[in-house]
Amino acid sequence: MTTPALSVRDLAVRIGRTRIVDDVSFDVHPGQTLGLVGESGSGKSMTVLAATGLLDAPGAVVTGSSRLALGDVELVGAGERTMRRVHGKTVGFVFQDPSTSLNPLLTLERQITESLQTHRGLTRRTARARAAELLDAVGIPDPDSRLDGYPHQLSGGQRQRVMIAIALACDPQVLIADEPTTALDVTTQSQIIDLVRALQHDMGTAVVWISHDLGVIGQVADDVTVLQKGRAVEQASIMEVYDTPRHSYTRQLLEARPLLGATAPPPAVTDPDVLLTVSNLDVRFTVGSPGGRRTIHAVDDVSFRIDRGSTLGLVGESGSGKSTVAAALTGLVVPHAGQADIAGTDIFTVKRRDVKALRRRIGMVFQDPFSSLNSRNTVGTAIAEPLRVHRRADGSSARRFEVGRLLELVGLPSAFATRYPHELSGGQRQRVSIARALAVEPELLILDESTASLDVSVQAKILGLLQRLQRELNLTYLFIAHDLAVVQQMSHDVLVMQNGRAVEYRPAPELFADPADEYTRRLLDAVPPQRPRAGDVA
Amino acid sequence: MTGRPRSLPAPVAAFVRNTTVRFLTRRLIYSAVVLAGVMVVVFSLVHLVPGDPIRIALGTRYNPEAYEALKVASGLDKPLWRQFFAYFGNAVTGDLGVSFRNGSPVTVNLLDRLPATASLAGIGLVIALLISLPAGIWSALHEGRFSDAIVRISSQFGVSIPDFWMGMLLITLFSSMLGWFPSSGYTAFTEDPVQWLRHVTLPAVTVGIVAGAIMTRYIRAAVLEVVAMGYVRTAKSKGLEPAVVTFRHIVRNSLIPVLTIAGIQLATILGGVIVVEVVFAWPGLGRLVFDSVAARDYPMIQGAVLLIAALFLLINLIVDVLYAVVDPRIRLS
Repeated sequence: MTTPALSVRDLAVRIGRTRIVDDVSFDVHPGQTLGLVGESGSGKSMTVLAATGLLDAPGAVVTGSSRLALGDVELVGAGERTMRRVHGKTVGFVFQDPSTSLNPLLTLERQITESLQTHRGLTRRTARARAAELLDAVGIPDPDSRLDGYPHQLSGGQRQRVMIAIALACDPQVLIADEPTTALDVTTQSQIIDLVRALQHDMGTAVVWISHDLGVIGQVADDVTVLQKGRAVEQASIMEVYDTPRHSYTRQLLEARPLLGATAPPPAVTDPDVLLTVSNLDVRFTVGSPGGRRTIHAVDDVSFRIDRGSTLGLVGESGSGKSTVAAALTGLVVPHAGQADIAGTDIFTVKRRDVKALRRRIGMVFQDPFSSLNSRNTVGTAIAEPLRVHRRADGSSARRFEVGRLLELVGLPSAFATRYPHELSGGQRQRVSIARALAVEPELLILDESTASLDVSVQAKILGLLQRLQRELNLTYLFIAHDLAVVQQMSHDVLVMQNGRAVEYRPAPELFADPADEYTRRLLDAVPPQRPRAGDVA
Repeated sequence: MTGRPRSLPAPVAAFVRNTTVRFLTRRLIYSAVVLAGVMVVVFSLVHLVPGDPIRIALGTRYNPEAYEALKVASGLDKPLWRQFFAYFGNAVTGDLGVSFRNGSPVTVNLLDRLPATASLAGIGLVIALLISLPAGIWSALHEGRFSDAIVRISSQFGVSIPDFWMGMLLITLFSSMLGWFPSSGYTAFTEDPVQWLRHVTLPAVTVGIVAGAIMTRYIRAAVLEVVAMGYVRTAKSKGLEPAVVTFRHIVRNSLIPVLTIAGIQLATILGGVIVVEVVFAWPGLGRLVFDSVAARDYPMIQGAVLLIAALFLLINLIVDVLYAVVDPRIRLS
C-alpha cells in the first residue's frame, strides 16, 4: 500500500461542550477515493473542513491530527501562513452549489489563474495558457474565449466543471469534493462523476468525496466511512459496505435508498373515474433582462389526465417546466392557452366567486420544509389557517380537535400543535406541511419535490406516509420529482418533460421497463445503479 | 439591384445590439419621462397653492392696473393648457421664469448657487466615503469583536446627532477655539482655491459625518452578506492572501449596494441640507429654497424643485452606469 496522501487521526471538533465530530480517523491514498457518507447533521462536511483547515465556525475547537504526506505538514493547529501554502496548492476544493461558489464579478480567467499566480508564480500569459488547458480538460468547449466570460454565462454543470478546474489548477495531491453533484440534475451529475474519475486517474489525485447519497458514493468511492452524529460507525471498502454492512445505521441507509425497479405502488382502485384532465397546456413567461425582453416557452402543449386515487409522476430536470404545470393548476401563473378540468370545473375559466371553492379542491406541498412554514406561527396555527379560511371547522374547539386529528393522521402526536417550526426536524415539518394541505380535504394533492431536500431515511418514511394516506383517503397525487427511483416507487403513470414539452407519457411499469424516448433513456441511465461501480477502479 | 433587405452597417448594428447601450438608453428614456412628470407637478404647484400668486408677487405695490399688467406679462391670463406648454417649452430651453422677489431670471439665481452646493456635496461625499468604507469593511470583517462594537456605537451616534448641533460643535472647536477654519461664508474655487477649501471644510465635515455614519451601517451589512457567500470560501480555499480575498472578492461584490446608498446620499446633499447651510451661512440650494418658500417666490421654488429633481435623476443615471461597470451580469446578460 502507498503512503496515504492525507492521514486523519482522532479528529474531534468541539463547540462549547458539544462534540460535533468525535474521534474520526481515515486515510486517503493517491489515486483512490474515500467516500464520506452520512445524513444531515452527521458532521461529514465539518470533519473534512476541520481536517483541511477551512473550517469557519466561531468557537470551534479542533483536536487530533491531520497530516499531509507532501512536505509532512500537520494541518490541525497549523498557522494561517502554512494553511495558505497548502490550500489551492496541495489541497483543492469543490463545493456543493456551483451557482454561489464562483465570484460573479470576475472573469473565469481571473478565478482560475489566481491560485496559479499565487502558488506557482506564473506570469499572466503562462497562467492563462494553463487555464485554457484546464478548461479544455474539464470539457468546456472553446476554452480560450470562455476565459474572458463570466460565471452567469454558464450552465450549472459548466460552473461545476470550472470549479473543478480551479480546484485542480495546481495539481493538488488531495481533492476535497463536498457534495459536488447534489445541486445538479441527474444527467449532469453522472457527467461530473465521470469527469472527476477520469481526471483522478490521469493525475493520481487522492479524493475525499462527501455525499449524503450512497448511490453516488457507490459510483465514486473505493473506501467508505459512514458517519452518524459525528462518529465513524463503519469504515470499509465500498463492496464490503454494500454486501456485508455491519452497522445498523449503514443498513438503514442502504435500505432507505430509493432504487430503480425496487418497488411499485399498489395498483390504484379498479374502475376509477377521471379527476383531472389537462389538455394542450401552454405557459409563456416574458422575462425582462437589462438587455430587453424575451419570451420563455415554459410549458408547450402538455396534456395528461389523472384518475381519482392514482398518482401521476411528473419528471424532468431543472428548467423542464414541471413546476410551472403545478403553478398553472394552482392559479399562480395564468396559462397562455389550454384547458384543465377537475371533476367538471374548468380551472382556468373559473368565475371569481368560485375561485375559493376551487382552491380548496387542490392542495399543494412544497419542497423546502424550512421556508414553507412561517417561523412565527405554531404548527397548530399553520394547520388551522386553511380551516379558518375555508370555514371547515368552525369554532376554536372544533378547530383544535381537527388540528389534532390531522396531526395524528400524518403520524405526529397532537401535542405538536403548540410547537414552533424551529423545534421540528425537516421530516416533521414536511409532515406538518402535508397535514396543512390535507386540512381542507383536497381531491388533488400536488407534491412538488416534496421529499427532495430530506435525508434518505426520512424520505422513505414520508413516501410511506403519502402512500398510506392515498389508500386511506383515496387521494389523487400529482407527484413532481427529478428522482426517477422515487417517481417509480410512487407513480401509476409517468409524464417525462424536457424543455417544456412532454417527451413521454405512459403507464409507469411500461415506461420503466421499456423507455421509448431517447431522453427518458438518458435520464434512466444517469441514475446511479444499485451496485457500486467496482472492478474498473484504477 | 437585388432585393436584399436593407440593414444597418455592422458597427452600428453591434452598437444597437450591445446590452449596455440598450440598458442605458432605457434608463435615459425613463429619466426623461420622470422629469416630464416632475414638470407637470411643478407647473401645477402654482395653481394648487391657496392664494393668488400675482397678488402675492405684487405685495404692497398692488393696484388693479399693475395686477392686470403682471397677469398678462406672466401669461396667467391664458388657458391652462397653453400656460403648461409655454412653461414646458421655456423650461426645456432653460428659461424658468423670473423671480418674484428680486426680478432676475430664476435660472441665473439657481446657477449662482450651484457651485456652492456642488462643493459641499462633493467634498461631503468624499469625507463620508473616507469614513464609511474603512469603518464599514473593518467592522464587518471583525464582526462581534470589540472594534466592531466601537464602529457600531459610533455610527449610531453619528446617525442620531442632529446636524445643526454637530455643526455648532465643529464651529466652537475648530473656529472659535482653535481658529483653524472660518465659521461661515463661502469663497468660490475660481476666486481663491485655498479659501474655498478652508470655507468648505467644516460644513462638508458636518454633512460627511452624518452621511458617513449612515453609509457605514449599509456597508457593514453589505460586506457581512458577501462574507457568507460561497465564492468567498472558494477564494480562501485557493490559499490567497487575506488582502486579496478582502479586496478582490469581498469588497468588490459589496460595492453594488454601496453605490446605491452613496448615490442617494449625494443627491440628498445636493438637494440642500438646509440646516447645515443656515448654520454655516452657506449660499446653497437648500437656503435658496428655504428663503423662496418664506417669500412665496413661486417661480424660484418651481425652478429649484425642477433642478433638484433633475440632479436626482442624473445621479441615478450615473449610479446605473456604474452598476454596469462593476457587474458583468448587467453589462452582458
